[in-house]
Order: sequence, then C-alpha cells, then structure tokens
Amino acid sequence: MAAHAPELLDVAARVAEMAKPGEQVEAYVARGTSTTVRAYGGEVESLTQASSAGVGVRVIVDHREGFAYAGTLEEGAVLDALAEARDNAAFGEPDEFNGLAEPDGVEPADLDLWPAGLQAVPTADKVAMALDLERVTRGRDPRINGVRLAMYSDSLGEGAVATSTGIRSWGRAGTSYLMVQALAVQDGETQIAGGLSVGRELTDLSIDEAADDAVLRATRLLGSTKPPTQRITLVLEPRMTATILGIVGGMLNGEAVLKGRSPFGDRVGQAIASPLLTFVDDPTDARSLGAEAHDGEGLATRRNELVVDGVLQGFLHNTYTGRRSGTASTGSAQRGIASTPGVGAGALAVAPGAGTHEEVLGAVDRGLFVTSMAGLHSGVNPVSGDFSVGVEGLMVRDGALAEPVREATIASTLQRLLLDISAVGADLEWLPDGTGGVTLVIPDVALSGA
Amino acid sequence: MLDHDLIQRTLGAALRTGGELAEIFVEDKVSSSAIFDDGKVEHLTSGRDRGAGIRVIVGDTTGFAHTADLSESGLAAAAEAAAAAARSGGGGVRAAALVAQDAPRPNQIAVLPQDVPKAKKVELLRRADDAARAAGAAISQVTARYGDSRRRILVANSDGLLTEDDQVRTLFSVMAVASGDTGMQTGYQSLGRTVGFELFDSHDVEDLAREAAERALVKLGARPAPSGTMPVVIGPGGGGVLFHEACGHGLEADLVTKGASVFAGRIGERVADPRITLVDDGTMAEEWGCFAIDDEGSVAARNVLIEDGILTDYMWDLLRARKEGRPRSGNGRRQSYKHLPMVRMTNTYVLAGPDDPDDIVASTPNGVYVAHLGGGQVNTATGDFVFGMTEAYLIEDGRITEPLREGNLIGNGPAVLASIDAVGHDFAMGSPGMCGKDGQGVPVGDGVPTLRVPALTVGGTA
Repeated sequence: MAAHAPELLDVAARVAEMAKPGEQVEAYVARGTSTTVRAYGGEVESLTQASSAGVGVRVIVDHREGFAYAGTLEEGAVLDALAEARDNAAFGEPDEFNGLAEPDGVEPADLDLWPAGLQAVPTADKVAMALDLERVTRGRDPRINGVRLAMYSDSLGEGAVATSTGIRSWGRAGTSYLMVQALAVQDGETQIAGGLSVGRELTDLSIDEAADDAVLRATRLLGSTKPPTQRITLVLEPRMTATILGIVGGMLNGEAVLKGRSPFGDRVGQAIASPLLTFVDDPTDARSLGAEAHDGEGLATRRNELVVDGVLQGFLHNTYTGRRSGTASTGSAQRGIASTPGVGAGALAVAPGAGTHEEVLGAVDRGLFVTSMAGLHSGVNPVSGDFSVGVEGLMVRDGALAEPVREATIASTLQRLLLDISAVGADLEWLPDGTGGVTLVIPDVALSGA
Repeated sequence: MLDHDLIQRTLGAALRTGGELAEIFVEDKVSSSAIFDDGKVEHLTSGRDRGAGIRVIVGDTTGFAHTADLSESGLAAAAEAAAAAARSGGGGVRAAALVAQDAPRPNQIAVLPQDVPKAKKVELLRRADDAARAAGAAISQVTARYGDSRRRILVANSDGLLTEDDQVRTLFSVMAVASGDTGMQTGYQSLGRTVGFELFDSHDVEDLAREAAERALVKLGARPAPSGTMPVVIGPGGGGVLFHEACGHGLEADLVTKGASVFAGRIGERVADPRITLVDDGTMAEEWGCFAIDDEGSVAARNVLIEDGILTDYMWDLLRARKEGRPRSGNGRRQSYKHLPMVRMTNTYVLAGPDDPDDIVASTPNGVYVAHLGGGQVNTATGDFVFGMTEAYLIEDGRITEPLREGNLIGNGPAVLASIDAVGHDFAMGSPGMCGKDGQGVPVGDGVPTLRVPALTVGGTA
C-alpha cells in the first residue's frame, strides 16, 4: 500500500461512517482508466480513451440486506446510492448469517501489481504497437490474407473497501495486452484464430508472441475435416485445462454448496479426481494476472487448496457463506461495482505434474489434441455436471500431431473427466484471466462427428 | 436530456481539429433487480448509470472517449480526447445545425417499473417460488429473478441529427433444481419484453415457474443424448438461436467487409430452401430486441435478409453504410455509453412455412426433437456453430419419446441453412436473449416455426 492514505479509501470510509446505530454499511469504490487501439488495414481503426468510476453500497439492518450502485463518484449520486440501499434493505428477508466482513487478522500479501512505467508511455507508442501487430501478423505466412482485429489495450484501476465494522482496504493494479485475430485462407477455405500477449507493463508484451500464436493456430486448422464419431483420448492444451478447471472451481464455491447446487457439496475428504490432480486458488501468487492482496469484501486473500492428490479439501467462501457453513471467509469474495460480493476463485491453477508438453503428448498413441472449445455457456451445466462442447484441434497419432479436425463435439460429465485424468504435464502456463493450466490427458471420451 | 446548445458546442469542440463526423451519445439508465433464492428474498439492487460517449471520425479512423461528467467542462474534455484520438484532419469543419427528429416507438409503456412499489415486485418472486416448489417433491432449489430497466438515450451528430429514445424493459426468470437418484438437473424459463410492469397483466409468473420446474423434473429421468450425426427437428419458438448463430452473425456487415464471414460476396445467391425467409426486425412491438432508434440514432427497421431462400442483404451500422453510400438498417448498437457501436442483430426470425408440424415429426423415422435451445456460439469465418439443447427428446419411429440430458449440437451454418427440408406453419417467438460480441452484450429476440435439419451432429455420449 502507498505511504499516503489513498483518496479513494477516504471516499469509501466517509460512506461507511454514515452508518446509523444498528446499521452496517459497506462502500466499495473503484475507478480506472483504459486505452484501447484497434488497427485495421494499416490504419488506426479506433482509439478509445476511457475513464470510469463508481460506487456500490451495501446496507445491513436487522439482518436484512439491501444494495445500490452508481456509475459515478459525484457526491449526490453516492448519497443517493446509500439512501436506495437503505430502502432496499427493508425488502430483504432477515437472515441471521447476513453481515459484513470484520477484520480477521490475516495480513495481506505484499504484492506489486502496479505498472508504474505504463503511465509514462505516450499514446503514440501504443498506436504503433497495434499497427505493428497487424503488419507483423500479415507478413508472417503467405496464407494469412487478413486480420480481423489487431488490438492493444491497457487498463489501470484502483479499488477500496470500507465498512462500519472496521474494514479498510485499498489496492491498485494494471494490465496490458495485445490481441490479434488472423485469417488464413487456402483453396477457398478460411480459418480464423486469435493470439495474445499479456502482461502488466507495456514492455512485458511481445508482438512476435501474439502474431506467432495467431498464425500457428489459424494455419494449422486449414484443411480440417469432420472426424468420425468414436471414443477417444483427449489431450488438453494448458489453456483448455484452465478453462475446464475454471468451471470446476465455480462448483467448489460455498454459495453453490449451501444452496444445493454443487454435485461436490458432500464430498469433502473424498476423491473427486485422479490422484494426479492437485489444484489451488492462490491470489497471493504474483505470477497470476488475477493476483490481488484483498478480496471484494476487503479481507486479505490467501492460498486455498481445493483438491490435493485428487481429494477434495474444502470450498471457497465469502463472509456470508463462511459464517453460514460454520467456518470463515477464505478471502474469496468476488465483485464488481454493480453487484454484491459473490464467491469465486481469483487465481486458480493446477499444480504441475511430470513431463513437458512434448513428453505428455508423445505418450499418447491415438487421441485428439484440443485447441479450442465452443459453447461452454450452453453445453456445460455446473449443477448436473453434464459436459458437451464443440471442439477444434489436431488428431494425435503415435505421439505426434496429425491432421486437423473441426465441427465435432466432446461429451462427458465434469465428474467423470476429473476422475479419468491419466497424465498431468509440468508445463504450467498462466493465462490472461489469471488461471494457470497444464497439459492434461483424459482417455475414453465420446467424440461426436460424422 | 441535455441542453441543445451544449450539444452543439460539444460537437463543435469535437471537430475543432477537423474530421468528417462527430457524434455524442448520451445515456441515462436506471435499473432495479431482486433475487429470491434458497427460499427467501436475498436482496434488492438499484443502479444508476449516466454518461456520454463522444466519437470523432476522420477517414477510416474513429476517436472515442466517454465520461460520466455531463457538465460543460466534462463534455468538453471528452470531446477533446476523442478529437485527439482521431488522426488530425483538414480542420475547420463545422457541425450542422441540429434538427430534432422523432422516431416512432414500437409500442407504448403503460406502467413504468420505477413507479411500482418494491413490495409488488417481491411478491411476484414469492409466488414463482411457491409455484415451482409445488410442481414436484423432487424440486430442491429455486432461484427467481426480477429485473427492470429504463434506458433513455440521446444521439446527436454533426450532420445535424438529434434524436432520442426511451427504452423500458422488464424481465423475469426462474431456475429450478430437481434432485433424484441420478443427481441434479436444472430447468430454466424466462420472460422478457420491451414493456413496463404491465408485462405481468398478461403473463402469470406461476406458469413460468411451473415450466422451469417441469423441465428440471423431466430431465431427472432423461437418458444421455445420442452421439453422432442425425436428423434434428426444432420446435416452434425454441430454436431461433439456430439462425442467430448459423447465419445471423455472418450477415453483420463489419464481419462481412473484413472477410471474416462465410456469407461474404454471396448476395443474390440461393443460400437456403425457398421455404426460408429470414428477417431482422427492430420494430417488432414489445419484443426484447426492439427500439425506436438504434444507438447511432438510425430509425429501427424491418430488414429482410433471406427472401425465399435467396440472400438479399446484410445488416449495417452507420460507418459502413456511409462508406457504401447505402441506407442505414438500424443495426448500430452498443452496450452502454462506454462502448463504441457495431453491427448487431435485433429480433431475428424465420417466417412461418407451409408444413404441418405434426407431419414433420411423423416423417422423421429417428432423430432428436429439440423443444428448447439454450445459447450458442459461432465461428463466422468457417460458419461452424454450436448451440445447447436445454429440453430435448428422442424421435423414434416418427414419434417423440424419451427425454434427453443436455448437450450441444454442432453444425456448419451455410450447410445447415441449405439443408433445412421442412418449415412448419406454427411460428412462435422464443425467450429473451443477451447476445455477446467483442465483449458487449445487447438484448435480442428470436423466433422460428417448427423446422427440420436432416443432418446435425448431436454432442451426446450414448
């Protein structure tokens, strides 16, 4: 934390101090700036300079909760939000577990997430990066005939939480990224794929990394066909693993468990996954872009082991779900300005297993290397665990990548997929959403195609 | 919403260093929502978002800035930032005098939701929870959500356009969980219209709750969906998302002009059976995707995209329509004042066809009947799309038989479109949707009659 008292924390504290006797008041205040440059056809297609701010106010009185927010920090609007939250509280039903977080003595991690250099970077340099990204991507391969999107974007933000129960937290962070979507064309067929480079400082970004990623992904799908329906071994690349574990992480949140919506609700201490699998949520790990010293209720974040050697250790909690479960918050409250704190992982990652990506893939005789999944929101049900998604990828034959496939689905249940994992790679890769994935192998999964 | 002289001065400031077009988009949105979960009212939420987005266009470059500060100085700062972001042009361009234009509203609003006592909104939730739980002993959890919003917008630009809209939307949804020996299953049903609280004069929340509960209960006894390619019959109203994904996104001009659509260069060609006419219609009264003006001030329109199987047009936003010198189609939309507009769908639907829906099923020996589809996703470059089936049954010997568990279907847009071989005469609109594109969500509607795709890949396990 900075040596001076941050102005934003003062704004939050002033609201919290307006609590009347018998009332708890929480203010979450955030503001940020961002710059986004899109290049197209060698020109700047758009350049957006944005700044935004807002406040969310939660009031609890007689165990009833009300909430309101405003997309501005103007004093009148902040006071209106407090008044509305008070009014809304009268309509909530009393719940003995309702209540704001209280200081729990856990020290916040000392994290430096602020890209101090980014603020000094002239806009012209950001524009140049977007233009270069498009040019470099187009020039990488004769089959790349266009770029749908070449973008530089950064954001800097700070947030503060203050409550009438004594919470005072403040933090700031920034990220920047390059994203490009390349179009590869051959024999009348077009394939599109994206590439990314993500970091905190602009100097962390690599145009080559984003361009190479997009070009490889688009060109290797050229000539792809629909595979026959069969049962097959899946090889998930790290980002696919991270996506699936992100959904599993959501099923291990205290809210889903308390409300009877998690299939893992009564499985603590039991094996819910292959003994090869360990995963933790650790927002204090600065390698993750999801790292934060405080959660959405102002408590210190901490390392939470969810699954160790396949055995379920416990669930993530915010203050409400922790209290109602007879335990305590795990520092896992997640929120934006416009909502009350939910529960979620901030930096979920798989513990690296054994073997490089090449070694893990090399041990698979016949399989499907999955490089993209579609329809996660419509085909994966976190209550039942039913899992069915569209996939693209490359066949694996005798341990090597072979012909590309598309227009196919894979289906199972999340419960089954976790138990059947037969190999966990050591190739930990941190992804833009803050999760960390490795190469995973899962045998005998239904593939629907021709 | 904002003084006209102030708007004129802001547009002038935005063009001070030159440019072809300056635009200001002002938005004032109030919303409220309430959640009933786990047997009780969890909490009520109220929100207010107000601000302006200003863009300046010079050649092919757009400069954009937004602010929540609607004072003279706040708007001037945003105008300056937008102008600086756009590459400097010739200079000395003047904004034309503003002429206010009225656009017809698709429908009137009878009861503004913000005038309705909060206790009445809460009561709806309680009734829905009761009805869902009464639907069966296996219903173990119910979540009911109420939401309303009033979004007032003003759009003015340096061509002299000045126009406003007042968009009121009301939404209600129920999710039920049923528990049995086979685990848990979910059922979801929602109702959303571009109307006020009068929505509940013509619709019972109990009906909605029972439908959600029934869907969950039926799935408790469902068998795994089959795996492989087979005929799929889609029920009326349940399958609009098929067209939204299979060809809707591919007909958005921004994707077409960048070569990222399989439908590029195909205007005038046969893309579907002559029984298929596809329309995108922002004027469709009360539907979830309707409005008087889009978010660039263009008047909402009914646009025929595919007529009797022939591709007739794409959907357009202001910039691409200007560039092509063609009329706007009313498809320039944005999530909020913080976003740049782009080409988006409104209410997208297929007109009723000639076939008897019962005959369509009876003439399908074996396959899958999808009564209700969930969301979907498309890769517009290849045309491959997926969509989820949230209520589906087996078809055996021309009859609808056993319920199926959830799964995705996958197909290729142009191939599926060209292959549809039956179109029912039983058109219905579907559930309200939220369409996501490049990180922006906007409300959309869709509708279809019963129709059959002879070969789609069903992503099951059996």
